[in-house]
Amino acid sequence: MADTKDKAKKVAPAKAKVQAKPTFSKETYMWWYENMKLMRRFEEKAGQLYGQQKIKGFCHLYIGQEACVAGAVTALTKDDKWITAYRDHAHPLALGTDPGAIMAELFAKATGCSKGKGGSMHMFDKEVNFMGGHGIVGAQVPLGAGIAFAEKYNKTGNLCICYMGDGAVRQGAFHEALNMAMTWKLPVIFVIENNGYAMGTSVERTSNVQQLYTLGESYDMPSFPVEAMSVENVHEAVAEAAARARAGEGPTLLEFRTYRYKGHSMSDPAKYRTKEELEDYKSRDSIEAVKATILLNKWATEEELEQIDEQAKQKVAEAVKFAEESPYPDPSELYTDIYAESDYPYIMD
Amino acid sequence: MRSIQFREALREALSEEMRRDERVFLMGEEVAEYNGAYKVSQGMLDEFGPERVVDTPIAELGFAGIGVGAAMNGLRPVIEFMTFNFSLVAIDQVINAAAKLMSMSGGQYGAPMVFRGPTGSAGMLSSQHSQNFENWYANTPGLKVVVPSNPYDAKGLLKSAIRDNDPVIFMESEQMYGDKGEVPEEEYLLPIGVADIKREGTDVTIVSFGKIMKVALAAADELAKEGINAEVIDLRTVRPIDYKTLVESVKKTNRMVVVEEAWPLASISAELAYHIQSNAFDYMDAPVKRVTCRDVPLPYAPTLIEASLPNVARTVEAVKQVMYKKA
Ligand SMILES: Cc1ncc(C[n+]2csc(CCOP(=O)(O)OP(=O)(O)O)c2C)c(N)n1
Ligand SMILES: [Mg+2]
Repeated sequence: MADTKDKAKKVAPAKAKVQAKPTFSKETYMWWYENMKLMRRFEEKAGQLYGQQKIKGFCHLYIGQEACVAGAVTALTKDDKWITAYRDHAHPLALGTDPGAIMAELFAKATGCSKGKGGSMHMFDKEVNFMGGHGIVGAQVPLGAGIAFAEKYNKTGNLCICYMGDGAVRQGAFHEALNMAMTWKLPVIFVIENNGYAMGTSVERTSNVQQLYTLGESYDMPSFPVEAMSVENVHEAVAEAAARARAGEGPTLLEFRTYRYKGHSMSDPAKYRTKEELEDYKSRDSIEAVKATILLNKWATEEELEQIDEQAKQKVAEAVKFAEESPYPDPSELYTDIYAESDYPYIMD
Repeated sequence: MRSIQFREALREALSEEMRRDERVFLMGEEVAEYNGAYKVSQGMLDEFGPERVVDTPIAELGFAGIGVGAAMNGLRPVIEFMTFNFSLVAIDQVINAAAKLMSMSGGQYGAPMVFRGPTGSAGMLSSQHSQNFENWYANTPGLKVVVPSNPYDAKGLLKSAIRDNDPVIFMESEQMYGDKGEVPEEEYLLPIGVADIKREGTDVTIVSFGKIMKVALAAADELAKEGINAEVIDLRTVRPIDYKTLVESVKKTNRMVVVEEAWPLASISAELAYHIQSNAFDYMDAPVKRVTCRDVPLPYAPTLIEASLPNVARTVEAVKQVMYKKA
């Protein structure tokens, strides 16, 4: 136990490290930069559009947490399966879903990736193996284990990466799923995105167990904390977990220490935290760290990176245009996509 | 009379009962330090302290069960679900524990407590966040189910629910918390299981409850313009149901339309139609009609929500059908 306490002690360095001798290639860094910028610009725009009431309902932004997804994409293969909670715009974006389809979903348009039926909390894209977008806290954790069960059953060698918030680990479903996943050695990577808060409730106020990764140890699951403002750390941790899963050794629990710069959802003024705390995290912004490494290694100039950022903004602008010009679902769509059976006899009066 | 918001009426009910009875406490997600996800419990932590206004982790199954255990052992918990969609995580403790204790123990133990929170749709939230389980809970013997439609009823009924010796499911709506209504300063209680005639009429009985009462009342206004005089009954409680008031009304109007937000199959409207045909058959001049949410999960897009939820136009049309009038 002394050992595990040590592991947790210093996972959050004051500044994200600029890599003078990076272990990843130029291509990887450039991919990270491009995609993390796209996530950031997309979410900034979504926030603005929410303010203009073009986007409605609940809308949970990913700003600040980009490394948690970007580092995992580069560590996995395109046949691996992804699932998460309702803070779900960035995952499909990084997996290659057309930004227009995600924006159109936010706009509730028929061209959205869930046909305007799911909205912000329920993005799905089978093309890229993104299995949702789930709204009941913790409920996607058993689903993630089940997705992995199917991969093992079919002996595919693929795995499932299953994201959840820090709040979700207090749900029974999380514990039941972890126990079975470990007992049955399912190829699943459980990722806790610990951004410090579940709505207004800090992790400290929810349990005596605040090193969330240690929860996996109750089930003898390999479990690690990851300073996830660093995309390199995320990649390495996920790659290790993936190797374990593919070797038939079963699941891993990763606790990503991260932060959301915005409130829980658009209606949350986030009065429960201090400005200093927010500024501290912003000062080790994962995108800025990637940028600094690229510059230090002279892989691109300041102008070229500027150009990439412009392109991200352009993509988002195109996505908004596509969303705005798309039609709402026709009312006749009400009776589609509910049963696989095409002529299900609905009650009509 | 002074006018206050629905959420303030609930807060007054909670606070008054907590002042009156030490055994009453409030427990749920974000109820204390955040002052309530929908600000129902604003300021209550300051007045009652963290022993009686208790923030929980996101652990509905656990804290619902802790509530039941506390109730078995002499306390009077009020368990808040952030919405009743999340009560499904806890439903085992509600149905298999709270509702069964009295019977299983041969009357030795019960669960005098309240489970409360918002029910139903609340804008563009898609299907997991837009559900009505009034009929699910109402189906279960051992529970009582209260679904108020205005601040006055909400306050009087919540006070009764807290004092009730049986487990009460108390269902509100995000879309009503800001509604204002007259609520007297003086204390009052309203009885559980008694419907309220919100508008007297002679031509047709429109029955509803909860937030959808707004649709029923607006439809009655529309119909009045065309000379149709609708009686509007607010059930207020869907277990037990005040069948007597309904039957009396139908004996007078000879026609009934039920407006309900839940899905149609095995809904409260189905139950009311059964009861009326069984107990007032000879008085009926037309079959009972109902307006419910369409038989589908409620999607996100506004066009689909509009096509699915009960509304004034559909209610007016249903009334015209039972009156054999052209739409
Ligand atoms: C079972 C359940 N209870 C309550 C809610 C309401 N709710 C939505 S998000 C949330 C906080 C979750 O926080 P966390 O898991 O840390 O994820 P984050 O929002 O930080 O990404 C709550 C309480 C819900 N969706 N599901
Ligand atoms: Mg969180």
